[in-house]
Amino acid sequence: MSHRGFVWLCLLPLVVLTAAFFLMPMARLLVTGADGPRGIAEYLAILTEARYRATLVNTVLLAAATTLATMIVATVVGLFLQRRRFAGRSLLIAVLTFPLAFPGVVVGFMIILLGGRQGLLGELSTRLGGNKIVFAYSIYGLFFGYLYFSIPRVILTIMAAAQKLDPGLEEAARSLGAGPWAVQRDVVLPALTPAFVASGAIAFATAMGAFGTAFTLATNIDVLPMLIYTEFTLAGNLATSAALSVGLGIVTWLILAVARSFSGNAVAAAG
Amino acid sequence: MPWRQLAKMVRDRLIFTGQLLFTLLVAAFLIVPAGLSIAAGVTVNYFRGIQSGLTLQWIAQVWELYAGTIVSSFVIAFATLAITLLAGVPAAYALLIRGGRVARMIEEIITLPVAVPGLAIALALLLTYGGFGAFRRSWLFIVVGHVVFTMPFMVRSVMAVFATVDIKTLDEGGASLGAPAWRRFWDIIVPNGIPGILAGSLMVVTLSLGEFNLTWMLHTPLTKTLPIGLADSYASMRLEVASAYTLVFFVMIIPLLIAMQWIAERRGVR
Repeated sequence: MSHRGFVWLCLLPLVVLTAAFFLMPMARLLVTGADGPRGIAEYLAILTEARYRATLVNTVLLAAATTLATMIVATVVGLFLQRRRFAGRSLLIAVLTFPLAFPGVVVGFMIILLGGRQGLLGELSTRLGGNKIVFAYSIYGLFFGYLYFSIPRVILTIMAAAQKLDPGLEEAARSLGAGPWAVQRDVVLPALTPAFVASGAIAFATAMGAFGTAFTLATNIDVLPMLIYTEFTLAGNLATSAALSVGLGIVTWLILAVARSFSGNAVAAAG
Repeated sequence: MPWRQLAKMVRDRLIFTGQLLFTLLVAAFLIVPAGLSIAAGVTVNYFRGIQSGLTLQWIAQVWELYAGTIVSSFVIAFATLAITLLAGVPAAYALLIRGGRVARMIEEIITLPVAVPGLAIALALLLTYGGFGAFRRSWLFIVVGHVVFTMPFMVRSVMAVFATVDIKTLDEGGASLGAPAWRRFWDIIVPNGIPGILAGSLMVVTLSLGEFNLTWMLHTPLTKTLPIGLADSYASMRLEVASAYTLVFFVMIIPLLIAMQWIAERRGVR
């Protein structure tokens, strides 16, 4: 067998699997989306139908809020852990990255334990004589769930990026008279921009498309993945759910593609 | 001058303490619920707290109710691993040796499932293969979903290692000595890719064990995996049982996490 032939043979199983179980099904999804009573206009329904549009706005706002909060928290923590050496530092890093492998459903349960009907915060707030705090089964529960999910990932990215920064630049800025805030603002944060874009995109795409956490917290939280799920299973509305998931897929893919072109790294959304 | 130094010391100390407290708060947010869940899983009555006594009855109940899901999760994870190894490792070699536009395009396409929500992929699979009853009802249907989702992690992990050991030169060296292509692949290429194959395998097994988004859509009452069982217990079981089940999941996943971190440290990345 020629060498070229062998290389093709090596590629064959992957190509067959991908064609049969990804490309073909995605093509089918695309066709199904235009196969409902609205025809091809189904793809615009997310913008033209008030109910779907409200869900879209809700989802985007939630994803943006999660991303912003995650970035702020993870930047402060990541830079701190990368810069300072103190007793217990590696334990702290281990604790902060422990939830990396939690699936969305488990994250949902963690939020229920914190802010659910039998949750810790509810217990504490009633003991302190206040109203019982229960936030888990709403969009706030989802916000904290995505925060829980994204913080470990973003901390790791920020720490890796901060490690590669040239400490000489900061020293130079300091010796030129820049205060600690000015050094952070003018030297450190700009140098971390690629890491911000990459990890922010992952956080955003995850919050847009994740399903497990929302499913665990409540089936009536008004976000896009839950809408797709209920349209498919409860309403049996194949065309709408297909069109919506194609739209969602394109959006998350685009966000990650833009991020990748910024950072040159493979980025993944999950949950 | 000493005054200024003192002021600077105090300021640094304050900044450090503030950052540390904030970091501890974030760590508490992440670890306290996990700790609660572990505690609740071995407590007689979570309402009354730990003083109600410790017990393994909830874990026993989880085993009784959900042992099947745990077994099937492992079966599916290892079947997924076998397929991603068989298809992914040769493909990583071919993509790297061949290079060029076509290789980049294939890599781009197989990476798509990472970015596209699992819900969309599951819907697509259901629409295409939902009519093939026997296939749809079997474990294989879930395995297929997991293979699509995890394949990019295997291929990319192996490609990354192949790229650092300059597989092209090794391959050409072997060829100049007259070794046939399949021998070179098996005797030279695969041994050199072991770190990437290992890292990719751990990733694939971890992702498959925890996968919910796809699996929830693809499963049937007879093909439930652990995360499906978890969701079921969160919705319908008492808190102690749900917690004990989560505890079982932690015990399964933590060794994998530690192994992954260990490999990453040895390779000096992250």
